[in-house]
Amino acid sequence: MTTETTNPAVTFTPERVAKAQEIIARYPEGKQKSALLPLLHLLQEQEGWTSPEGMDYVARMLNIQPIEVYEVASFYTMYHLNPVGKHVIEYCRTGPCCLMGGEEVYAHLKQRLGIDTGQTTVDGQFTLKEVECLAACGMGPVFQVREKYYMNLTNERVDEIIDELSK
Amino acid sequence: MATKILTEHINVPGIETFDVYRKQGGYTAVEKAIKTMTPEAIVEEVKKAGVRGRGGAGFPMGMKWSFLAKPEGIPRYLVCNADESEPGTFKDHYLMKNIPHLLIEGMIISSFALGANKSFIYVRGELMYVIHILEKAIAEAKAKGFLGKNILGSGYDLELVVQPGGGAYICGEETALLESLEGKRGNPRNKPPFPAVKGLYQSPTVVNNVESIATTSWIVNHGGDAYAAIGIGRSTGTKLISASGHINKPGVYEIDLGVPVEDFIYADEWCGGIRPGHKFKALVAGGSSVPILPANLALTLANGEKRLMSYESLSDGGFATGTMLGSGGFIVFDETSCIVRNTWNFSRFYHHESCGQCSPCREGTGWMEKVLHRIEYGHGHQQDIDLLVDVAKKIEGNTICPLGDAAAWPVASAIRHFREEFQWHIDHPTEATQPGAVYRGEMALV
Repeated sequence: MTTETTNPAVTFTPERVAKAQEIIARYPEGKQKSALLPLLHLLQEQEGWTSPEGMDYVARMLNIQPIEVYEVASFYTMYHLNPVGKHVIEYCRTGPCCLMGGEEVYAHLKQRLGIDTGQTTVDGQFTLKEVECLAACGMGPVFQVREKYYMNLTNERVDEIIDELSK
Repeated sequence: MATKILTEHINVPGIETFDVYRKQGGYTAVEKAIKTMTPEAIVEEVKKAGVRGRGGAGFPMGMKWSFLAKPEGIPRYLVCNADESEPGTFKDHYLMKNIPHLLIEGMIISSFALGANKSFIYVRGELMYVIHILEKAIAEAKAKGFLGKNILGSGYDLELVVQPGGGAYICGEETALLESLEGKRGNPRNKPPFPAVKGLYQSPTVVNNVESIATTSWIVNHGGDAYAAIGIGRSTGTKLISASGHINKPGVYEIDLGVPVEDFIYADEWCGGIRPGHKFKALVAGGSSVPILPANLALTLANGEKRLMSYESLSDGGFATGTMLGSGGFIVFDETSCIVRNTWNFSRFYHHESCGQCSPCREGTGWMEKVLHRIEYGHGHQQDIDLLVDVAKKIEGNTICPLGDAAAWPVASAIRHFREEFQWHIDHPTEATQPGAVYRGEMALV
């Protein structure tokens, strides 16, 4: 983990600076640390992952210690603490999805991409992650790519989605 | 025909917009509440309604509101718990996505009743698209004068903030949610003090579920007595049920509390029966954390009467022969389901989601997952079943928050009702680990 002075390279785009300021202003005076999770989402949206340099930048923005950002980012599963591929496929591995054939579909997904959970394809296109329950149990098996949900998955549908995303 | 309190207009095209929602009678409850009622009168109606917390705990909402400390000069907060992450539960997702203004309207009424001028909707971060829908709805309501400064000329101000989570089931626990909202790790707090005394930013705070808050518009419009007239006994009103698993029609259904479980599973109006050619084996009635029941106990009480979809009927018999309504996450298993594999799956979830603060939960959930894994994969020891029961007992009731109980109950209940299936896995390791192998009593394998 770098310290806040080693690499100041990450900064938000002007639009994101404005968005960050709007987020910080939502909270009562003196309670701006509440903006931490939303700012980490903003950082990840820009950088693709939650980089140490980015976390240092967020710490400076909120006037808190970098360790306060690291300990939060490492607690929550949505923040990618390592670089990821262009598309992060997060598949739901919990009970209801598995009841509907999720395990077989995810095995096919791994085979199709040639990677296991936590890995990225050599061309940098796809990263595969497990996620605990996506709150779409009636439409399982399900996975999510960025903000989009793909539901009622079958092996054929998985192939179609991968083809679509690969274009 | 069931009363539709939350879903009456959910399929109206464009209902996610202010104008269409308004045309369907939306925001009339805000007008009535702010222009004609006092905050105390609204709290009284909610108390009369007898609505119980729809997040899973089932605590009376009006009573929770009346606990709120009201010192002068200190802000009070309302926080909506939209961190829905329990396997089997997806009703809040459905409600917020399809009819966001129902929640916004409920937030305005509830905030006014509680004297809050800034309220938060904490949504699980995975639902980022829903967060955008809510933000858009808030902007629309603000532009029409239902939010912001001097709402409808009443002098009442309210700002609504949508807060994204970062992906942690534990943040559904109300004090962990408040920690997260303060920009920290989601570790549950010791109670007391309860949030009603020291909650968000150490101020008096009420945390309510999405579905609970969304009922307040109907209660204000129709009165608490009318709400209490629906349902059965102390299970008043309607309930959203998220139905999944081996049924013909998975989805979210609004039912009057008190419908027989059998009708809910088999009637075309709801789940439409077990998928063709299969038999009903087991039920998780209220989200993965509640005890699993075999088919016979799911449909009937120990005395032979029909079991009903209500807080009391589902818990009838305690954990020996009953379960809980919980959040209404209704998961149906047919005879192809391996109970051991499903229990391991749930156990893996709770191990992953334990925040690690309490040793019984941090260590115990890991042990349970490990032992269940070895039984499922053909390496079980004869003493493993009793070991699991022992570990579950040592977690239950010994943690700061209820995640420990939530992790222990699925394991303890699966062994209580399906012990022979665990034993069979240990006795037949090679057969049990065949792909698709399922224990079916005397029939053994398929």
